Amino acid sequence: MSGTTIAPERVEVQVEKGWAGQSVPRKEDKRLVQGEGVFVDDIKRHGMGYIFFVRSPYAHAHITSIDVSKAETIKGVYGTLTGEEVAAVTDPFFQIAGAPGGNIQDFALAVGKVRYVGEAVVAVVAETRELARDASELVEVEYEPLPALVDARAALQKDAPLLHEEAGANLMWQGVYEWGDLDAAFAEADRVVKIDELHFHRFNSTPLETDGALVEYNRGTGQWTIHTNNQFPGFAAIMMGPAMKCGLDKLRFVTQDIGGGFGNKITSHPQLVVCCLLARKLNRPVQWTEWRTDFHMSMSHGNERWFHETEVAVKADGTLLGFRTKALDDAGAWLRYEPLGGVIWAQVTPGMYRWRHVRVDFTQVATNKAPVSPNRGYSRLQHLWFTERVIDIVAHELGLDPVEIRKKNYVRADEMPYETPNGCVYDSGDYAAMLDIALELIGWDGMDARREEAKSRGKLLGAGIGSTLDSGTNNFGQSRLINPELQFSGNNEVATVKLDIFGEIVVTLGTTPQGQGHETTAAQIVADILKCSVDDVHVRAGHDSYWNSHAGFSGTYASQFAVTGLSAVKGATEMLRAEIFKLAGAVFGGVPAEALELADGGIRIKESPDAFLPFMACGAIINANNAGLPEDLGVTLNCRYVYRPPFEVPDVERKFGNLTLTYAAQIHAAVVEIDPETGVYYLVDYAAVDDCGNRINPQIVEGQVMGATAQALGAAIHETFEYDEDGNLLTPNFYDYHVPHALDMPPLHTGYLESPSPFTPLGTKGMGEGGGAGIHAVCAAIQDATGKIVTDSHNPYQRVWELLQ
Amino acid sequence: MDVTVTINDTEYERDVEPRKLLIHFIRDDLDLTGSHIGCDTGNCGACSILLDGVLVKSCMLLAVQANGAQIETVEGLADEGALTKLQQSFSDHHALQCGYCTPGMLMSATALLRSNPHPSDDEIKKALQGNICRCTGYWNIFEAVKAAAE
Repeated sequence: MSGTTIAPERVEVQVEKGWAGQSVPRKEDKRLVQGEGVFVDDIKRHGMGYIFFVRSPYAHAHITSIDVSKAETIKGVYGTLTGEEVAAVTDPFFQIAGAPGGNIQDFALAVGKVRYVGEAVVAVVAETRELARDASELVEVEYEPLPALVDARAALQKDAPLLHEEAGANLMWQGVYEWGDLDAAFAEADRVVKIDELHFHRFNSTPLETDGALVEYNRGTGQWTIHTNNQFPGFAAIMMGPAMKCGLDKLRFVTQDIGGGFGNKITSHPQLVVCCLLARKLNRPVQWTEWRTDFHMSMSHGNERWFHETEVAVKADGTLLGFRTKALDDAGAWLRYEPLGGVIWAQVTPGMYRWRHVRVDFTQVATNKAPVSPNRGYSRLQHLWFTERVIDIVAHELGLDPVEIRKKNYVRADEMPYETPNGCVYDSGDYAAMLDIALELIGWDGMDARREEAKSRGKLLGAGIGSTLDSGTNNFGQSRLINPELQFSGNNEVATVKLDIFGEIVVTLGTTPQGQGHETTAAQIVADILKCSVDDVHVRAGHDSYWNSHAGFSGTYASQFAVTGLSAVKGATEMLRAEIFKLAGAVFGGVPAEALELADGGIRIKESPDAFLPFMACGAIINANNAGLPEDLGVTLNCRYVYRPPFEVPDVERKFGNLTLTYAAQIHAAVVEIDPETGVYYLVDYAAVDDCGNRINPQIVEGQVMGATAQALGAAIHETFEYDEDGNLLTPNFYDYHVPHALDMPPLHTGYLESPSPFTPLGTKGMGEGGGAGIHAVCAAIQDATGKIVTDSHNPYQRVWELLQ
Repeated sequence: MDVTVTINDTEYERDVEPRKLLIHFIRDDLDLTGSHIGCDTGNCGACSILLDGVLVKSCMLLAVQANGAQIETVEGLADEGALTKLQQSFSDHHALQCGYCTPGMLMSATALLRSNPHPSDDEIKKALQGNICRCTGYWNIFEAVKAAAE
């Protein structure tokens, strides 16, 4: 199935067609458009204190003394917490890396040393937000500044400032990935294209709601209740429990509405530990809401990456044989989710292309900048940007057409499922057909005339393509390619579905949605199976680890809900349906399941529809009127299902195996018009084509496509976390860090293809990240317009102007 | 200092620290948490409200400056749960995802449609340029406002 839309429209839901596949209005909207959502900063408790963090003004310095006494004497200040106290009562966070990165000692607050501007040093708690902030200025911290390491390319030089003495060097992780036969490929090549350096810049998705938590400590039970917007409580729990020396039953995570996440809200566990320690120390609820400037300075920057000494083996006709490159990744000051970025890219090793011989020498280093963490398209977008740059640079060097070189080298529809050189299995798709849709939407055939017309006005017009993959549903076994000692593999997600006493259908999810509409799409799946209306399905909002509807990998991240979450919902609902049949069979006096059917919010005998048991009666019988039921009935009407995707543990020696279950694809096309006098340019046309298999709710899918596009365009043109040579962040707020505004948006055409995944219960694929296709497309369009090779992912106007000089 | 404001037809009188921002007064002191905070520099517009009929960012004013004012926030738009045409249009056109910017967007768009019931596409974009959304890319928001104006 394929199609295009120019402007999205509400389509009337046709109930007889079933709920899945239709743009059912979102259940979440009614509360959100009335300001009745519950975001973390909306939650209040009697006597709670507000936390403000004292942060480092230096990129690198020894802490010689800390004096909190003046701050603590202020009326209304409840207390403070220092790094020394943290180190006394917690263990360092578990490190994903082995040595050398694994040797670093990471605590919730800086201990002895600060390693980036904005690093939290002391936490102050007071009666009001304003007082906590004022009191923080009375905390006296003495520093002995050290030279700062800002450029990752200097990290491994002998005289480079050393961040972590325990690691011995700034090298955090290194691994060589090689598949195929590089020597043979380069021997066979007619041309070897060399690219000295490509640079993918540092930015993130800056969710509009910053991080936060409200934490209560129950002294009687020793349990913390953590109301938070962390988007991956499963990960936070396994980081926090061992550090705090408590079982995970002592950490109750609760979320409701989350104001955007995009991966940036995965690594707030250090701040959550501070909140927990303070709630216990002060014996009162504490509340932390990050200020925007604090978020920019300290949270979750995307991975900055260089690609050096790239060589591409290519035949004269444009057939790509293989490439080798040295990737250098800047993790910032701490490994908060890293070095997983050192393997996540390998989910999409060949991009969308058929080359079979690949070598990537991957090095990750620490620098005196904010720690990186997942950011929409995490680690794959850097690599996919690289492969797209390579394609367009090769095309430029060989004088080939960017469309033809893609079509010649794309993995073909008839090769699906396609095993990549490193053992990943692309499940389905037709990349060339998607490209055709994008080219038509953008009017590619008429581009020469548009170039001429622009030229007559003194402007440079160019068009570019960005092809990209959104790999989803991680096999966490890939972590073993980073550290063979790790005992993670596979994936899971949980849902429970029950029929309550008055027949209410109640669904709980393990996920932590941030706008993806899980309540709605889950209800669509349930309604189809139970033959009822989505309005009859009550999906609990948010996540609560008290609900027992979570597992180790629960959360909302890495493009997986449509696979993991909805498959869990499907599994639990099918269990419930089977139980309803069993119960009704017994109530009707031994009627077999084949003779029964669901209809109109109940179950009936096919041949005599008057024998009808409404869900309300089913719920009431089991929950409140169960005397006389057969002893061995085995019906609870409360069903929990864990979906576990089919994965094997990857081969660590060969770095080989299927790292993700599904591979959604995006093809974007951009048209830019540049003023050569100033370098100022505008996107004058844009198309985004997406294929994520079966779409449960097309409108929600399209919304994700649009959002990912906007973030990519922001990153391509405006957004960058840039540091000066002393390690000061130059873009610490929305003045200097310009995210797209209403007036920045280009005209957009969207299109789609539906290639169902053969590997998932609903034919769906995880989606929403979009792999930064917009960045690739804008770079390609600038290269096309200027005729100059583009080597950076970030192209503000001055860089384009420099390119033209 | 004593501050009296009327918000969504309810009068509130409170003793307020002179340095307290209006948005913190509305959210923390009065428990009207529909208006949000997304930045600390006045850029994002999540805290947009109508003050004596004028669209303002409530993080750019002190609570004491609002003394005596008539304020409208997102909580006052719907009538007993019946959504306004604009609110319904936001849902119909999928003009919100996480919903965090939505209250501010709705207030900006409400102000626009009151002063200009039939805005052009450019007028819609200009009216919303002070509100940041990180989820939608704005395209569906433009459609929602346009449809509500028709």
